[in-house]
Amino acid sequence: MVNFWRSLRFTIAFAILLGIIYPLVVTGIGNLLFPFQAKGSIVSLQGRPAGSLLIAQSITAPGLFHPRPSAVNYAANGSGGSNLGPTNPALVAEVKKNLQTVEQQNPGTPVGSIPTSMVESSASGLDPDITVQDALIQVPRIAKATGISRTDLTSLINQYKQGRALGIWGDPMVNVMQLNLAIEKRLGK
Amino acid sequence: MTFAGSIGILAVIALILLIGIPLGGYLYRVFSGQKGKFDGMFRPIEGFLYRVVGVDPSVQMDWKAYLRALMLVNFMMMILAYLLFRLQHVLPLNPDGIKAMPWDLAFNTAASFITNTNWQNYAGEQSLSYLSQMTAITYLQFTSGATGFVAAIAFLRSVTVNRSESIGNFWVDFIKIHTRVLIPLAVVFALVLVGLGVPETLLGAQTVHTLQGGTQIISRGPVASLEAIKQLGTNGGGYFNANSAHPFEDPSAWTTVLEMIAMGIISCGLVWTFGKFIGNRKQAVVLYVFLTAVLVIGAFVIYASETAGNPILQHTLGIHGPNMEGKEVRFGPAMSSAFAAITTAFTTGAVNSMHDSFMPMGGFIPLLFMMFNLVFGGKGVGLLNILMFLMITVFLSGLMVGRTPEIFGKKIEAREIKLATIAMLVHPFIILVPTAIALVTKAGTSSILNPGLHGLSEVLYAYTSGAANNGSAFAGLNGNTVFYNISLGLVMLLGRYVSLIAMFAIAGSLSKKAIIPPSAGTLRTDTFAFGGVFVAVFVIVGALTFFPALAIGPIGEQLQMWAGIVH
Repeated sequence: MVNFWRSLRFTIAFAILLGIIYPLVVTGIGNLLFPFQAKGSIVSLQGRPAGSLLIAQSITAPGLFHPRPSAVNYAANGSGGSNLGPTNPALVAEVKKNLQTVEQQNPGTPVGSIPTSMVESSASGLDPDITVQDALIQVPRIAKATGISRTDLTSLINQYKQGRALGIWGDPMVNVMQLNLAIEKRLGK
Repeated sequence: MTFAGSIGILAVIALILLIGIPLGGYLYRVFSGQKGKFDGMFRPIEGFLYRVVGVDPSVQMDWKAYLRALMLVNFMMMILAYLLFRLQHVLPLNPDGIKAMPWDLAFNTAASFITNTNWQNYAGEQSLSYLSQMTAITYLQFTSGATGFVAAIAFLRSVTVNRSESIGNFWVDFIKIHTRVLIPLAVVFALVLVGLGVPETLLGAQTVHTLQGGTQIISRGPVASLEAIKQLGTNGGGYFNANSAHPFEDPSAWTTVLEMIAMGIISCGLVWTFGKFIGNRKQAVVLYVFLTAVLVIGAFVIYASETAGNPILQHTLGIHGPNMEGKEVRFGPAMSSAFAAITTAFTTGAVNSMHDSFMPMGGFIPLLFMMFNLVFGGKGVGLLNILMFLMITVFLSGLMVGRTPEIFGKKIEAREIKLATIAMLVHPFIILVPTAIALVTKAGTSSILNPGLHGLSEVLYAYTSGAANNGSAFAGLNGNTVFYNISLGLVMLLGRYVSLIAMFAIAGSLSKKAIIPPSAGTLRTDTFAFGGVFVAVFVIVGALTFFPALAIGPIGEQLQMWAGIVH
């Protein structure tokens, strides 16, 4: 019986300590030190929240960079991957469809130059980044739609390109939201 | 495979060892009762907590008293979590208006988090209120890791005491692991994560007007505080459905490296703690060499499979490159492979890529690591499994060379071997029997997403993950059905507590034995030859029990894929 009361006291005391005080302390200090990150890296355009730097959104307009395919249609309140296995015919069909979209939107792109990440769905459905090659493939389309020169777009990609951490971790890539905000800014929106 | 990627994988594993080993020394000093530099700071806090809980820290417990307290408090915390899930719709801190969980899902989730499994049949952003994320999930991520940890400490004491019943005080150990290890590490790590982009807020979801005029609802919440202990406690249950693949849980290559390190350090350090407890560093070194080798080989098998890409897509569509289905660009194939190996070796279960979409051999390694369940393993329980297999190895080698089996100066007799065998056999039993049942019933097979051999792997992976208290998934399987909620819930509870009770019983009988000084007749366990036999034993036991299932799962699918056959 002693153990029963002790267990009950432990359960309640530590629920308060670890389940309430700890997260509230982290929330308090976190917001004090890093208010932007703590609220989800939300960026605004013309004073309205336009998205998060870390979350891909559905972009189909020809004048903007497109993120990777999403199995959940970029639902930032319902993340997930396709979970299709490597021998599933549904995987082949999905990748084929994505490939056709890429070829249709960026005519003249050789299949061999298309990175797999451009036609295969991300794990979260919200992958905010694309490979540099992916971005370069989209340059002619965006140049045509917006009138911004190809050289300017390429230098934009180089400007926002992120390398590997310490040269060994991760892969070179570029954030889609940063690129698109730069385009919007350039177009004077 | 690239050079940078390979170095990246090796660097992460090296960092886990470099940080884990000194941490293991610290853990030894804390739990062997030595004086430490920070005693003055911790003592008053612990004194206060002892009074709140009503504990007399000077009392010593035998194994039964220790185990009783552990089981009782675990049971009570599980009930609390269940009630929070069922009542979250009427409780505060629910800005997104989440509904109550159904009973079967609440049972599964409570069982999952109290057993340190963190299998998730729910999608966090849609099924849990902020209060549930904090007070059920984050809370149990501390205490379930702590439970496994103190069990290992109690076992280590039983080996070092001479003819004694006492193996420490459960409440003292349980409180100390929080105050001196988990809470300080978690607070620091959580704040680092916030700085690197992980949200931590009580504001509800943010609705945004997208660049091309649509709307998007962005879920967020107190993510960083959960994420920190999720990794440090080898828990793995994510805030969001996509787990660490979600950019809010793991926003960059930096955070994913830190998360891998956080998963590894305590379990890795415990091997050093073990060496210190038995006063034999070489024993720890031998284990480090062999376990690290297994981990590195596994990580590179995954990396090789994932970078080779999918030959079916190459052949039919002409696209070339690594398999990126279910992977994130910021991690790439190398950090996704390392994460998959580490999360299953240390039985955390967090994922930063979707294992279900891995190449068959890429998915084979996570399965195998969970079947072994001792490549460092989960918090505390990993070390217990290592010790259990060491005893089995000593017994088998003793039989072969005709010596009385003894380990760390304690004679191993029929009772200990029987108990170790129970602890060993329960694992394959609760994996293979439920898998077989699921595969022959409609309730089991109707949840499978992928056809053919891969579907079998999905079910096998689910029960292996449950039994190993891992929590990662071949997530195509729809586990949120009454059948899977209940069966997986039971498998997780049996996987956790049956072997734990057996190991406590062994601790009880070992503590009572006299320590015999080593003689010329002692079979030394701290040699590389013995380490090799140890690996051979767990590989052979694992292979013999699981090979048939693996052959018709991932191995069969790999051959099928090479042949270019889709279903």
